[in-house]
Parts: sequence; C-alpha cells; structure tokens
Amino acid sequence: MIRGKSIGVVTALGVALLVSACGSTGSSTSGAPTTQAEVQGQEGSICGHGAAGAAAAPSGIAKLDGAAGSLSGAGSTFVNPIMTLWSSDFQKAQGAQVAYQSIGSGGGVQQTIAKTVDFGASDAPMKDDELARAGGDILHVPLVFGAVVPTYNLAGQTSGLKFTGEVLGQIFANKITKWNDPAITALNPDATLPDQAIAVVHRSDGSGTTDIWTDYLTKASPTWTTTLGGADKSHGKDVAWPTGIGGKGNEGVSGAVSQTPGALGYVELTYALSQKLPVGWVRNKAGAFIQPCIETVTAAATDAAVPADLRFSLTDGPGTNAYPITGTTWALVHQNQTDAGKAKALVNFFTWIMDQGQKEAPALNYAPLSADLQIKAVAQIRKIQLNGQPVARP
Amino acid sequence: MSPGVVLERSPGRRRRRPGDQVFRSLTLAMGALVVLTLVGIAWFVLGAALPGIRHYGFASFLHERWAPSEATSAGHHPNPYGVVQFIYGTLVTSAVAMVIAVPVAIGVALFINEVAPPRLRRPLSATTDLLAAVPSVVYGFWALFALLPALRPVAGFCDNTLALLPVVGVVFKGPFFGFSYLAASIVLAIMILPIITAIVREVFATVPLDHKEAALALGATRWEMIRMAVLPYARNGIFGASFLGLARALGETIAVTMVIGNNVLGISASVLKPGATLASVIANEFTEANQPFHLPALFVVALWLLLITLVVNVVGRLVMNRGQRVPGGNL
Repeated sequence: MIRGKSIGVVTALGVALLVSACGSTGSSTSGAPTTQAEVQGQEGSICGHGAAGAAAAPSGIAKLDGAAGSLSGAGSTFVNPIMTLWSSDFQKAQGAQVAYQSIGSGGGVQQTIAKTVDFGASDAPMKDDELARAGGDILHVPLVFGAVVPTYNLAGQTSGLKFTGEVLGQIFANKITKWNDPAITALNPDATLPDQAIAVVHRSDGSGTTDIWTDYLTKASPTWTTTLGGADKSHGKDVAWPTGIGGKGNEGVSGAVSQTPGALGYVELTYALSQKLPVGWVRNKAGAFIQPCIETVTAAATDAAVPADLRFSLTDGPGTNAYPITGTTWALVHQNQTDAGKAKALVNFFTWIMDQGQKEAPALNYAPLSADLQIKAVAQIRKIQLNGQPVARP
Repeated sequence: MSPGVVLERSPGRRRRRPGDQVFRSLTLAMGALVVLTLVGIAWFVLGAALPGIRHYGFASFLHERWAPSEATSAGHHPNPYGVVQFIYGTLVTSAVAMVIAVPVAIGVALFINEVAPPRLRRPLSATTDLLAAVPSVVYGFWALFALLPALRPVAGFCDNTLALLPVVGVVFKGPFFGFSYLAASIVLAIMILPIITAIVREVFATVPLDHKEAALALGATRWEMIRMAVLPYARNGIFGASFLGLARALGETIAVTMVIGNNVLGISASVLKPGATLASVIANEFTEANQPFHLPALFVVALWLLLITLVVNVVGRLVMNRGQRVPGGNL
C-alpha cells in the first residue's frame, strides 16, 4: 500500500513537471514569428514560384545491368534526411539497398580515403592533400545545395531584416555589438531596432554549416578576415570565435537564439524552414537583398564558375537572384573501382538521384541542383572505371 | 573474503570443494576485469593523447585559449590547444553546484530522517531518488527552456547590484545572456542533490540512538539534538558524500553542454558569462576533430578529466572511511 501511494505521488509530481515544461516551451515558440508566407508576397522575390533548375535535366537514362544489391555510404549529417528518402525510393525503383551512416563530413572523408565505404558524402570538397592521400582518383558528385541563414530573436521583428556580408562579419567579429548600430539601421530604415546588446550565437561543434558561413564571411567581410588573422584562419568547420555563445548542432543554436532576446545566430536553411524561424535577408554580389529559400539557393549556381572536377564554391555567387550563403554536399567516389557490381551500382544510384531524386528535394526543404549541374554530375559519375575501363558508355 | 573463511569447516587443511573453487575463480576474474577496465581506459586515453603531448609538450597545454583552427601540422609553437579554461570551468561549475546542493541535501536528509512524519518518509525519499533517475539530457532541455528565462531577472539584479561591489564585483558582471557558468552550476546542483541526500541520509541513520536520546534527555530541543548529536557524528560522512557528488558533477556532460555557452577561448571571471568544461569540449568536438593534433588534444582534455575525477573520488572515499565508526557499515 505504502509503495503504491508513494509511486502515485511521484507520478503526479513528474506529470506536473512535464506539463509546466511543455507550457513554457509552447508559449515561447508560439511567440516566434512565422513569416514564410508573409514574406513571400514581397516583390522581386522568386521564392515560392518553383525553382528554374528543378526541371529535371537528365531523364530516361537506362540502368546498368549486373549491379550489386547493396551499397554503403557515410558522411554528412546535413544530407542524411534526403539520403534516407533516396535510399528507400531507389530500393523501390531498382531493388538495391543503400545503407548510409550519418557520421559527419569529416568522418565521410576519412572513410572514403580508407575505402571502408563505397561512397562518402561531405559538405566541403576534399582538399588537395586529402585527395593525394585517397590515391588521387576521387570524383566529386554534387548531390544537393545547402544554405545557411541568419536567424535572430528581436521583439517585434519577423523575417526579413536585411544584412550585408560586411555587417554580419562585423557582428561576428564583435565590432558591431548593438542592434541599433548605424550600420544595421542604415540597411533597415523601416525597422525600429532597439538599443540592445547583440548576443552572437555560433556552433560549438565542428560543422559544415560553420564552414559555409565562415566561407561567406571570409569572402564578403574584410573585417571578419582580418580580425581572425587571415583567410586561412577565418574559414573552416570551426574557427576561433571572437565572441558569442556556442550551441551544439542546429537545434542548439536555434534553442539559444529562441531563448535569448537580442540573439543573432546562423542555421541551415532546411532547419530554419521546417522550424519556421525568423530569417534575415542577405545582400548578394549583384546588390539585391535576397530572401533565403529553395529557389534563391538553386539560383546561386547561376553563372557560378564550375571547375572540371566540380569542386566549386557557390558562396557570394554572381547571379541576380543568387542567395549568397550557399554550399553544396558532394558524394565522394573512387573513380577506379575493383568490383564490377559495386561500380555499376554506384553509377545507377547517382544517376537515379540526378534523374529522379532531385525532384524529391524541395519537399524536404532541400534546394535541388541547377539543371546544368545535374548534367555535369551525371557526366562525372559515368567516369567510374573498372580496371581502367569505363563501366558506363560515356 | 572474511565471511568465506568463517564458513569453512577446517581452515587448517584448506580443502576446497570444486564448486567453491569455480566460484572463487569466477569472482576473482570479474574483480580483475573491473581493475583491468579502469587501467585499460586510462592506458588508452594516455596513449591517444601521447602524439599531442610529444608534439607540443605537456606543459604547453596549460594556457586558456583553445583554437583548433589555428593548428598546423608543422609548427610546434604556439600550442593552440589550451586546456586551463576547461579545468577552470569544470572546477568552478562543480564547486558552485556543491555550494548550492550540499546545504539543501543536508536539509532534505534531516527533514526526511528526523522531522517528517513517518508516513511521509518513504514517498519523500522516493521522490528525491527519482531526481537521480531523470536523464541528464532532460535536465539540459528543461534548463534551456525553463531555467534560463527564469534566471534572467535574477542575473540582471546581480549585474546591477553585486557587480558594483569592489573586488568580488567581477564575479557578477554581465551582460547576461543566460548561457553561463551559473546556469550550468544550478543544473549540476539539482543533478547531484539526490546522490548527496541519499548518502547523507544513510550516514544520519548510523547515528546511535543513545546519543540522540541522551541529548533529548538533557532537555535539548530537536534542533539542538541535531546540532549536538547528529551533525558532529556525521561530519566525515557529509564530507564524503559531498565529494562523491562532486565527482558526479565533474564529469557531467550533456546537460552542461546545453547551457554553459561553450566559450572555449578563455576564462571569464564572471559566473554570468559563458564558459566551457573539460567534458563539454569533448562532446562538442570529437565528431569533427580533423585539425592537426585535434584528436590527441581532446584526449589530453580527457586525461585531465580522468585525473581530476579519480583524485576527487579517492579523496572522497578516504575521508568517508576515516569517519566510519560503525562496524560493518558500508557507505
């Protein structure tokens, strides 16, 4: 009897705790502005109108017979949700299983070098020394675009606060510390910005998101680059942040931003869209303030310089509709394969991703590759060789 | 071992039945396994840290700036992997947690053991124990969404009043964004409260009834009885319990990582500013530790954490055993 009673008391307490915790969470998120729909009405934005690049360029490419029944991949956590969907749909289409481990881009590169997986995936292209260690035969196959967006917590401010790369760089370099700094108010004449300290929030874990963000700051903000001590130190998966609070993962950053009045952080676009976070617009090279969305991210590939090995950079791109803080996730594949079945399965899988998989991207808030890059990606994957002979007709 | 010896019929001849022999070897193997595991882990951590220690030298880690992005595979100096701010963060958050948790734990234990009506004792102690059963990630979640907003006015008050004091003022200096040593300390305090309470209750239970009755017979009030009979008798036990709670706080990872703010670039004197601990930096960085000597440097951090935790555990047990006056009592 006594035992039963005590459990009752304890359960009641537990429930009360849970309820109060949920209550406070609910109120804080409902207070956050949800403005995707509002902002889409703005003139000049191509958001919500369907991406030009989404029209699937390659189609009807026959699969290779004699492919292996399974592939293993590892790497980027960013690409994991859509990779899971792709694996499942690819299995339905062609019957082959793809097992993908979401271990982080760094791990993906390491495992590709060590050949412990059939393909890797990374949010940053492999560096020259990594390519050399891998044997020099790595093909970079772009999979989807990713974007990083500024998100903030300011009373009365919904999405659409305007930034430039230099202003973001100065904020993250601790040179601009108040929201009503003239540099910010000049960009946002219509907004009333408070005399409030900016709580900078960055990632505390090494991340491809940070890599894209700092790549952009390094290109667009001289202040950021000099404060960090040069371009080699101001860009990477982790940098020596001059200021701010560190949050672990996108959820850590968005949690910190939502809990801290006056906060400014950065998260992946897919995360911001799915969580309906308030996001800032960023001025691109062409001088337009660009709302981050799937269409403007795909537009970042417009007129971008693409080297033959497809290790391109999309940050600060030249296109008029290009969102400037855009990156790419690449699959990493050894060109010289030794197993005929695996080689054919790799060609089939990545060709299918370009042919069919790209269409599934927007539903999961990923930006599909531009048509031009889809064609180049297919050409890249069809370079795979078996003992020096291409497995697919070029 | 001693109970086994007592049970043997003729200790002189030392004849053992096969069952005993098997049982003995089996338990010996398991005991050895525990020791081997500990030694093995320490050996592994040391081995993994060694490339970093060889490259930079052990003492060069003793500064307060952790900047993996500045590491190069060629140059030896300067060592970008400073660990002092993590040691500081670990010790300070744990110490503040102790300052909060120990008095509360003693109060809770006294209430349950000495003051509460008997029918309340079981549910109360069960509830306290249940605090220990809450997963730490849940504590972190709760702290992020409930504790931080609640702390903001308190910290604002500290920033406006205590921060103006000379000398100690820097400890309470803002601006306060929520993520801080203080927030981490409070979460830790809640997490170690049940451990300390449970052990302190056990210790209080060992206070001989004679002592308590003697005090009461002399006309002592209940508080005087506790002060004269219970607390002095249990002093070493309370110290020991605190040390075990401390050992738990030192290694706590995920809840701390969620609220401490993860500033790895230096020590802030103010408890209202973000910092980092030995455990939090490992949790944050091991998945993408791709910089030169990044992983060995994280193992150096792990080595420090292991060292500090072991020392605190050993000291705690020593203090507690010294104070153990009850035969057969095992705390």
